[in-house]
Amino acid sequence: MLSFIINIAYLVGAVAFVWGLRLLGSPDTARKGNLYAAFGMALAILATFFVPLEQDNGNFGWILGGMAGGGLIGWLAAKRVKMTDMPQLVSIFNGLGGACAVVLAYAEIAQFYAGARTMSSGESLIVLVALLIGGVAFTGSLLAYAKLQGLVWDKQVILPRHQLINMILLLVVIVLGVVVFLQDGSGGMTMVVIFTVVTLIYGFSFVAPIGGADMPVVISLLNSFTGLSAAAAGLVYGNNIMLVGGILVGASGTILTVLMCEAMNRSLFNVVIGGFGSAGSTQTGDDGDQVVKEIGNNDLAIQLFYSQSVMFVPGYGLAVAQAQKILKEVDDMLEANGVDVKYAIHPVAGRMPGHMNVLLAEADVPYPKLLDLEDANAALPNTDIVIIVGANDVVNPAAENEPGSPIYGMPVLQVWKAKNTVVIKRSMSPGYAGIQNPLFFHDNNKMYFGDAKAKLQEVAAEIKNL
Amino acid sequence: MDIVQFFNEPANYLLVFLLVFTIILGFEVISKVPTVLHTPLMSGANAISGVVIIGAILLIRQAATDDYFSLGLGLIAIVLGMINVVGGFAVTDRMLEMFKKKK
Repeated sequence: MLSFIINIAYLVGAVAFVWGLRLLGSPDTARKGNLYAAFGMALAILATFFVPLEQDNGNFGWILGGMAGGGLIGWLAAKRVKMTDMPQLVSIFNGLGGACAVVLAYAEIAQFYAGARTMSSGESLIVLVALLIGGVAFTGSLLAYAKLQGLVWDKQVILPRHQLINMILLLVVIVLGVVVFLQDGSGGMTMVVIFTVVTLIYGFSFVAPIGGADMPVVISLLNSFTGLSAAAAGLVYGNNIMLVGGILVGASGTILTVLMCEAMNRSLFNVVIGGFGSAGSTQTGDDGDQVVKEIGNNDLAIQLFYSQSVMFVPGYGLAVAQAQKILKEVDDMLEANGVDVKYAIHPVAGRMPGHMNVLLAEADVPYPKLLDLEDANAALPNTDIVIIVGANDVVNPAAENEPGSPIYGMPVLQVWKAKNTVVIKRSMSPGYAGIQNPLFFHDNNKMYFGDAKAKLQEVAAEIKNL
Repeated sequence: MDIVQFFNEPANYLLVFLLVFTIILGFEVISKVPTVLHTPLMSGANAISGVVIIGAILLIRQAATDDYFSLGLGLIAIVLGMINVVGGFAVTDRMLEMFKKKK
């Protein structure tokens, strides 16, 4: 009877995961969806307390103590994080999930070697897979966190011939995995320890060459890895809900990875290989003598205030400058004068999928004002003025009309079709792709140099005086 | 072959069945999520991946009361998993609360 109740609880928990994820797909129901999934998790954890085991020693003090400690840390982190730091937080949480799978897999192998449990070769293969994927997700996410937090710069962790090193490391990991698999519980833990350590090193090395605008891809990919490692652990324990939960996360991470790659018109392989690479160096010359036009505070304020439609294009620079609130203030002032204000969100703007949407939501921008790539491109020709705040490559016309450009073919926001564009930027330096943006030299484009937050504050002050 | 034997075991076969169908279900359910919700989807899914904590609970419950190695590893796993679960759901809720406000 007890196991019947537990099975029902697991079933309900798994359905709650699926249903919760489904509701997460629409803005109106998303919050409910998250609560459903949380309920499913609570139910699953509670049921696990009562699962009948052949050998049951309780040890509930350890369990509850760990849960209380971890729960408190997680809760505080979630309450205190700034919205601009969301990519870091998601990365670190993700890494911890991977670490959890690693620890579990390691404990299982240790028990197997100590003769405390048996393991079929199928099981031992899955344990090694869980250890490998979880390990890469763990250290990879830690490095992603350090990069996003600004603790580590790309240049510091990229070694010469890094791709070759990565390939050799992967090969070593696989060979070690095969050795551990074949020794099958005999010969001591030495090889297992070496395998684990090399796997963890590989996780670091795997993420090292990937940076900047590729962050959304790598975060999605690591997210999917964590899910898969949880699913593998579920197979080891023969636990259905771990399997279902893990696979769902794996699927969601994979979908986001593919979406992010498509948004940059690059293959996953190309992203993993790292950087836009050598192509940038061929792009020299032709922009040299051109001059850009600048615009002053007053002119910009007047132009904005008396136009009919304005579109903001936020990028990572907005997050760095923490300019989302002042942007919304400008928006309010314009709306009050009857200006139609919209936001164009490129799928890879920011450092994680949907990053800009979260920032703007924090500033109370209602989500119907946020247009995705397709809707924004449809609306741009009828837009009077486009303000580009800290974005660059996603508005580069070279993606459409320069077949030699490294970003050629990447879907971009066609801001040049609008009547006027203004770029708020600290300097003329190129974006992540390392290429010049011809938009800056267009006739109807003006530059507005400075920190996004400071500059928007100046504009806001000018508008108030009008 | 061991692998064939593994697959032919009814319980394992069912598990593989579940695996395949969950993959299909996952792709179907999640593929239509709009850009606006990508971050909450990711952090919510992230919290779900903390389901691995169940394995940690099982590990501790099975460990001998003086097997401090297993207990210690299990404790670490539970703490890590719980940070992931509670933090993930809480931060997703915080984000979605902001999305709710509409004009």
